[in-house]
Amino acid sequence: MGIEGVGARVARKEDRRFITGAGRYVDDMVVPGMKHAAFVRSPHAHAQIKKIDVKAAQSMPGVIGVLTGRELKADGIGNLICGWMIHSKDGTPMKMGAWSPLAVDKVRYVGDAVVVVVADTKAQARDAAEAVEITYKELKAVTEVTGAIARGAPQIHPEAEGNLIFDWEIGNAKETAAAFKQAAHVVKMDVVNNRLVPNAMEPRAALGHYDRAEDHYTCWTTSQNPHVARLVMSAFYNIAPENKLRVIAPDVGGGFGSKIYIYPEEIVCLWASKKTGVPVKWVADRTESFLCDAHGRDHVTHAEMAFDKDHRILGFKVDTLANLGAYMSLFSSVTPTYLYATLLSGQYDIPAIHGNVRAIYTNTAPVDAYRGAGRPEAAFLVERMMEVAARQFGVSPAELRRKNFVTAFPHQTPVIMNYDAGDFATSLDAAMKAADYAGFEKRRQKAKKEGKLRGIGFSCYIEACGLAPSAAVGSLGSGVGLWESAEVRVNAVGTIEVLTGSHSHGQGHETTFAQLVAERLSVPLESISIVHGDTDKVQMGMGTYGSRSGAVGMSAIAKALDKVEAKAKKIAAHLMEADEADIVIENGTLKVAGTDKNVPWFQMALAAYTAHNLPAGMEPGLKETAFYDPANFTFPAGCYICEVEVDPETGVTDIVQFVAADDFGNIINPMIVEGQVHGGIAQGIGQALLEGTHYDGSGQLLTASYMDYTMPRADDLPSFKVSTSNTPSPSNPLGMKGCGEAGAIGSPPAVINAITDAIGTEDLTMPATPQKVWAALQARKPRKH
Amino acid sequence: MSDVSMTVNGRQVSASVEDRTLLVHFLREHLGLTGTHVGCDTSQCGACVVHVDGKAVKSCSMLAVQASGSEVITIEGLAGMGDLHPVQAAFREHHGLQCGFCTPGMIMTAVDMIRRHPQGLDEATVRAELEGNICRCTGYHNIVKAILAASRTMAKAPKGRAKKAA
Repeated sequence: MGIEGVGARVARKEDRRFITGAGRYVDDMVVPGMKHAAFVRSPHAHAQIKKIDVKAAQSMPGVIGVLTGRELKADGIGNLICGWMIHSKDGTPMKMGAWSPLAVDKVRYVGDAVVVVVADTKAQARDAAEAVEITYKELKAVTEVTGAIARGAPQIHPEAEGNLIFDWEIGNAKETAAAFKQAAHVVKMDVVNNRLVPNAMEPRAALGHYDRAEDHYTCWTTSQNPHVARLVMSAFYNIAPENKLRVIAPDVGGGFGSKIYIYPEEIVCLWASKKTGVPVKWVADRTESFLCDAHGRDHVTHAEMAFDKDHRILGFKVDTLANLGAYMSLFSSVTPTYLYATLLSGQYDIPAIHGNVRAIYTNTAPVDAYRGAGRPEAAFLVERMMEVAARQFGVSPAELRRKNFVTAFPHQTPVIMNYDAGDFATSLDAAMKAADYAGFEKRRQKAKKEGKLRGIGFSCYIEACGLAPSAAVGSLGSGVGLWESAEVRVNAVGTIEVLTGSHSHGQGHETTFAQLVAERLSVPLESISIVHGDTDKVQMGMGTYGSRSGAVGMSAIAKALDKVEAKAKKIAAHLMEADEADIVIENGTLKVAGTDKNVPWFQMALAAYTAHNLPAGMEPGLKETAFYDPANFTFPAGCYICEVEVDPETGVTDIVQFVAADDFGNIINPMIVEGQVHGGIAQGIGQALLEGTHYDGSGQLLTASYMDYTMPRADDLPSFKVSTSNTPSPSNPLGMKGCGEAGAIGSPPAVINAITDAIGTEDLTMPATPQKVWAALQARKPRKH
Repeated sequence: MSDVSMTVNGRQVSASVEDRTLLVHFLREHLGLTGTHVGCDTSQCGACVVHVDGKAVKSCSMLAVQASGSEVITIEGLAGMGDLHPVQAAFREHHGLQCGFCTPGMIMTAVDMIRRHPQGLDEATVRAELEGNICRCTGYHNIVKAILAASRTMAKAPKGRAKKAA
C-alpha cells in the first residue's frame, strides 16, 4: 500500500466542493426557460375520483399548464412497474395492480399524485395547485397487514383479491416440521419490524427538459441508478427510446435505497416538459418526502426455533406478513423474499428452515428496500430469537451463539445462500473484548446502586451483498442483470478517467475508486478522475445499492485495469526492447524488473496516442472497458454489542456504549468504511429507539414532518467503537464484501436485546420510546429463570 | 413586492422580491448561492444555516425583507477566496461529511458554536449544540470529532487569524 493506494486513510477528493458550498444537486440546476411544478395529491387514503375541475387553477397568475392523468394516459405514458417477478407457492405470478403516474379513477394512499401544475414560480405553482378542485368519493381504508387480509377488508386493487400480492415460501416445510418433532426446546416469538421513512437529507427532485429541435429528453434526477431509470422510463413508461433520453444524477444528497426507484414525479416532469414546451422542475418538500418516498421494513412475523437438549438449533419456522403499501414499487417484491428469507440462517448452522411470506397491499405509501433491505428484518428476528432463547435456557447469549456458529466454509444453508467465507467467532471475541464484557456485571451493580437499570445485548448479523450473479437473480425473477460496467481511459498525457456505472451519493467513490487505480497504475490520486451519474458519459450501469459498488463496481474497474495494464506493458516493452513479462509498474514508471531501464507512465501514454512506434498490429490509444458479473453474493458479517442504562422513573434509555466488530473482507479506505458503519449504526439505533411511522385508522400519516418523526440527533447517540477483521471474499478479484448497510442491519437487535436485558421483560416493540419502556417496566412479569 | 438590500459575503446586493420570499430562497434563487440547502419545511434540519450579523440563523425561518440591511455570510463566503476555514478543513480531515447536503449548515453552525465557546468545547456540549442540525449519513461521530478538532486548532491560532475565521 502506498500513501494513496489501497488501505490508506485518504481524505476525500470530493469534499472540497461540498465544504465550500459548490456541490451541484438537482435543485441547484437552472436551465434557461425553466418553470416549476407542484403536484396535487390525494388527501384521502382510499377514494374514487369523481371529478377534476382545473378551470380556476388554469387562470391563476403564472400558470402554464394544469395536467391530469387522463391526458397522461392519452399520450400513452405507461404505468409504474415492479421489476422482480415473484411466484406464489401455488405457482401463480404476483398480483400487481396498476399504478398510473397520475391517478385516473382512484387514489390509494394519502399523497397519491393526481394533477400536476406548471407555473413560472414554485410559489405560483403551489397557489394554483390549491385551486384545483377534485371531488372524491371516500372509501374505507386499511393500513395494517392483519386488517388488510381480514374478511371484509376494503379491496385496494381489483387484480389482488383480498389484498394478497403473493404467498411465497422458501426452505423445506416437511423437514422443518420433522426437526421440531425432535426438539427438546421450542422458543416462540412474535416480532414487529417497524415501518421507517428513509429521510435522505436532500429531498427528491426532478428536472425534465424536452428539446423539440432534437426531439430529445434530458432528466436530472436524484437517482442512485440513472441508467436503470433511463432503461425503465424507455422500456416501460414510453417516455422516449433510450437514445433520445439522457438521465443525469449529479450530486445526490443521500439515498439509503429510497432513490433507487423510479417515481411518478420524474416521469411527469419529462412528459409535462413536452406538453407545455418548457423545462419543468419539481423539488419535494419534506412532507411530500414523508408521504411519497418509498418507506422501509413493516413486517409482522411469528417465528419458532427448535433446539435439542444441548441447545443446538434443529429448525427454524418463520411466517411473515409484509406490508408493501398501496402500489408495488420497483424492487418491493424481492425485499421481503430473496433479500430477507435467504438470511434466516443467520450465522448459524441450522439443518432445516421454512419461511413463508405473504405480501399485502394497504392504503399506505409504497414500501421498498431501505438501507439493509430485508436483511435487517432477518437479523432482527434471528438475533432476538437467540438472545431470548439464551435467557430462557439460562445460558450465556455469547456461548449459545458460539455453539451454533457456522465454522466450516463454504456452507450451504437451507435457504439458497452458500456462505463462502467468514470467521464469526473472531468478530464475537473482538466485540466482547472491546466492550469489556467481563466487566459488565460490575457496571450493572454500580448502576443499580445509582437507581439505574443497565443491560447489554448482542447481535451477530450476517448479510448478503455484492448483488449479484445475473444468471442466479434471473432465475429468481429479476428483470435485470446485476453486473457492473467500467471504462478506464488513459489520456495522452497519462492522466486517467474512470467511467463507472456505480453512483456515489455519499459513499466517496471519487476517492476509493481512484485509490484502486493509483495502487494498480502507480499514478498520483489527483491525476485520476471518476466519472459517474450521466447516461451520456457512462454507457451502462446498474447503480449503487445493496453495498455493491465495491464488490461489483470496483471489480469491473479492476478488470478494465487488467486490460489497460497489459497493453501499457506491451507498449513499454516495445519502447525498451524488453520482454513484456519483465515489465513492472512502480513509482510512476514502467520498468524492466531488476534493471534501471524504465519509461515514465506519461511517456508510455503519449506513445500510445502518437502511435509513431507501437508494436506491429497494435491499435493506437489506451482505453479499455469491462463488465463484471459476480460469481456469488458476498457475506459481510460481524458482532455488535450495545450497553444501555435505563432510568426506571422515566423510561429513558441512554446508550452508554456501542461496539461494532465487522468483517468486510478487504478494505480500500478504512476512514470511509468507518464512516459507513457509523451512519448505519445511527440509522439502526434510530429504528430501535426513535423512529416510528404512524398512520391513523383513516390512513392519514401522523408522522409526516420532523416535528412528528424523530430523526436521530447528535445528542441521541454516543461515539461508536468500531473495528474490522478481514477474511477476504473469494468471490471477487478484490476480496471485498461491502460495508454500506451493515450498521443498519446489525444494530437494532443489539439495542433491543440490551434494553430487554435491562428491564427484564421481552415485551417491547420498536421504537423503544421512553413511554414504551416505562409501560413495559410497569407491566413486566418476572422472567422464568 | 418589497425592496431588499443587504451585504452578502462582503458584496452589496439589492433586489425587488415577493413579500413572502424567505432569506434562503433569496440566496439560492436570486443570488445563485446554492450552497445553502433546504432539507425540511419546519426549521428542524439546519441545512440552511447562514450567519446574519455574526449569528447563526436558519435562513428558512427568516424573510428576505427581515434581513434587509444586514450582513449575511453563507458557506460560499466563509473562507473568502482560496484557503479553507479551519472548520471546513477539519470536516474534510475527519470525514465529517458523506453526501454533503447537510454539510454547509453543519459548518456554519459549528463556526458559530466555536465562537460562542471561547473557553473550548467538550463532546457533550457539541452534541447538545447540534440539536438543530440533522445529518442522515455520518451518525454524527465524525462531525463531533471535526468540530472538537477545529475548536482546538482555532484556540491555538494567532488572534488575528482566529478573529478573521470567526
